[in-house]
Amino acid sequence: MTSPAGAPARKAPRDKSITPAGIVARLRDGMTIGIGGWGSRRKPMALVREILRSDLRDLTLVSYGGPDVGMLCAAGKVRELVFAFVSLDVIALEPYFRQAREAGAIGTRELDEGMMLLGLQAAAWRLPFLPTRAGLGTDLFRLDPGLRTVRSPYPGPLGGHEELVAVPALHLDAAIVHLHRCDPSGNGVLLDDDPYFDPLFLEAARDRYVTCEELVGPGELLAAGDFRHLAVSRHLVDGVAVTPGGAHPTLCPPYRPRDVAHLKEYADSAARPEGWPGYARRWLPDTEAAYQGQFPAGVENGTERSPG
Amino acid sequence: MTAADPATDPATSSAPHPRTARRADFCVTALAETFRGDGEILANPIGPLPRVAGRLARATFEPDLLFLERDVFLAGPDGRIEGWNPYRRMFDVVWSGRRHVVMGASQLDRYGNQNLAAIGPDPHRPARQLLGFRGAPGNTINHPTSYWVSRHSPRVFVEKVDLVCGIGYDRAAELGAEAARFHEIRRVVTDLAVLDFRTPDHRMRLVSVHPGVEIEQVRQATGFELVLEGEVPPTPTPDGATLALLDELDPEGARFTEVRA
Repeated sequence: MTSPAGAPARKAPRDKSITPAGIVARLRDGMTIGIGGWGSRRKPMALVREILRSDLRDLTLVSYGGPDVGMLCAAGKVRELVFAFVSLDVIALEPYFRQAREAGAIGTRELDEGMMLLGLQAAAWRLPFLPTRAGLGTDLFRLDPGLRTVRSPYPGPLGGHEELVAVPALHLDAAIVHLHRCDPSGNGVLLDDDPYFDPLFLEAARDRYVTCEELVGPGELLAAGDFRHLAVSRHLVDGVAVTPGGAHPTLCPPYRPRDVAHLKEYADSAARPEGWPGYARRWLPDTEAAYQGQFPAGVENGTERSPG
Repeated sequence: MTAADPATDPATSSAPHPRTARRADFCVTALAETFRGDGEILANPIGPLPRVAGRLARATFEPDLLFLERDVFLAGPDGRIEGWNPYRRMFDVVWSGRRHVVMGASQLDRYGNQNLAAIGPDPHRPARQLLGFRGAPGNTINHPTSYWVSRHSPRVFVEKVDLVCGIGYDRAAELGAEAARFHEIRRVVTDLAVLDFRTPDHRMRLVSVHPGVEIEQVRQATGFELVLEGEVPPTPTPDGATLALLDELDPEGARFTEVRA
C-alpha cells in the first residue's frame, strides 16, 4: 500500500472487534475457560448468556465464582469447576452451584483464593508451579490427590528446609473478562475500585476475549480516567466485543449498580419447582438486546456491597 | 501482647452507665480484645459485629490498626480514605503476615480446625455445600486468626470437622515449628463465651462466660470436652464509657442483629 504521494501508508494495530456470538463460536467443547470478576462483581455475563444459548458443553471453569458459575452449572455446561468460593455476595450461597454440588453433578478442584492467584500467575509466567504456605495442613490435599509440596533448597531461619505447597499452573484455553472502555485493538480501561484478577486471567490464557461497556476510537481511550486506569494492554487480547450492561446483574460501577432485586429473583427461582428452566424461560430471551430491554439502564435496583 | 493501659482500657475506665450492657456488647468487647497488641497491621474482622469490635479496638487501645471500608479502601476513624487495597494486593498483606482476620466458622474443633466449605461425609457430593475454602488456608498459616461464632452450638463445635479449611494447632504441629511459625489462633468468641487455645497441648479452653450464661450451658452447646482451669470468670462487663462509645461507633446497632437475647 502506498499513499497518493508515494510514501508507505501508516498502519494501525489490527482491529479485533467481534460479536459475542463470534467469540462463543471460537470456544470448543471441553475447553478450560477462566472467567474474570469476583463473586457478583463485574462478571462477563453477556458472554455467559451467549454460552448458555450455545451448544457448548463439558467446560472446565476457573472462577472467583458468582452467578456465572451458578448459571453455567444449572444449564449443564460444566464438567469441572476450579474454585475457592462461589457466592452472590448479597446472598452468601450460590443456589444453583449448591444444587450441582449436592447432586454430585460436577467435578471440582478446590483451592484457597490465593492459590488460585498463584496458579494463574504460574501459567502467565510459563512456570510449572509457584510455592506458597497457603494450603499446608489443610484438607485440600485430601480432596486433590494430585496436589504436591516442594522442599525449599534453602535453609530457613530455624535451619530446616521448608515444605511448601507447589500450586500447579492453571493454564486456560480461553479467558473472558468484562471491562469498561476498550479500543478496537483490545486496550482496556477500568474505572471502578478494583481490577480483581482480570489482567491475570488474560495473561494465563491462550485465547483472550474481553467485552466492554463502550468501544471507543484509539484516541478516546483515556477520555474517561487517566493512564492509571489502563488495566489491559492489547497484546493480551484476541477479540473485543461491546456489550453495554454486559455485567448485569453483577456490580459494574460507574456504569451499572449491582441488581440486587434480580439476584434475589434468580436465587429464589432455584427454590421453585420449575427451577432453572423456569428462570431461563422467563429471563433469558434469544438475544442480548432483548435481555437488556428487561432492565432499563439507569434504573437503580440496589447498590449494596458486602465484605469480600 | 502489651499490658492494658488503664487510661484507655475499656474494661477498667469508669463512667456513669447510660444503660445496661446487652449480650452483643459483651461479645464486641471480648472480640475487640483479640486485637490488643497488634499495632500497625490490617485488622480484618468479617461480619457486622466483628467490624464493630475492630472499630472499638482502634478507637481505644490500638489506634494504629488499619481498617477496610467498602471492600478495598483503607480508611481512618473518620472514614477518610488513606489507602487502596484491591483484592490482588490483599494477598501481599496476608502473605506478609501484617493482618489479623476474624472469620466465621461453620464447624470448629477442639484444636481450632475450621470448616466453611461443605458439610457431610462425602466432600465430592456434600450434604450441604457452603462457600468453599475461601482464604482460610492462607490466612491461618500466615497470620493471626480469631473466630466469631454467633450461635454457639454442637453443630458448630464438633468433635471432627468435615473439611479442614483453616488449620488448627494439631495440624500446625504436624507441619513442624518452622513451617507453622506464623500460625496463631488467638481467640474464639461466641454468643455464650470466650475461648482460646492457651493450654499445654493447645486444646480449646473456656476463658470466660458472658454474664447470664452458665458454664454448663456452654458445655452442653459444645460437641467436645472443653478445658476448664479453675474458676471460669465472667466476661468483663463493658463500662458506661465503653457502651457510649459502642453506640457512637455502631449507631445503627448492627451488633444486635447477630446475637440472640
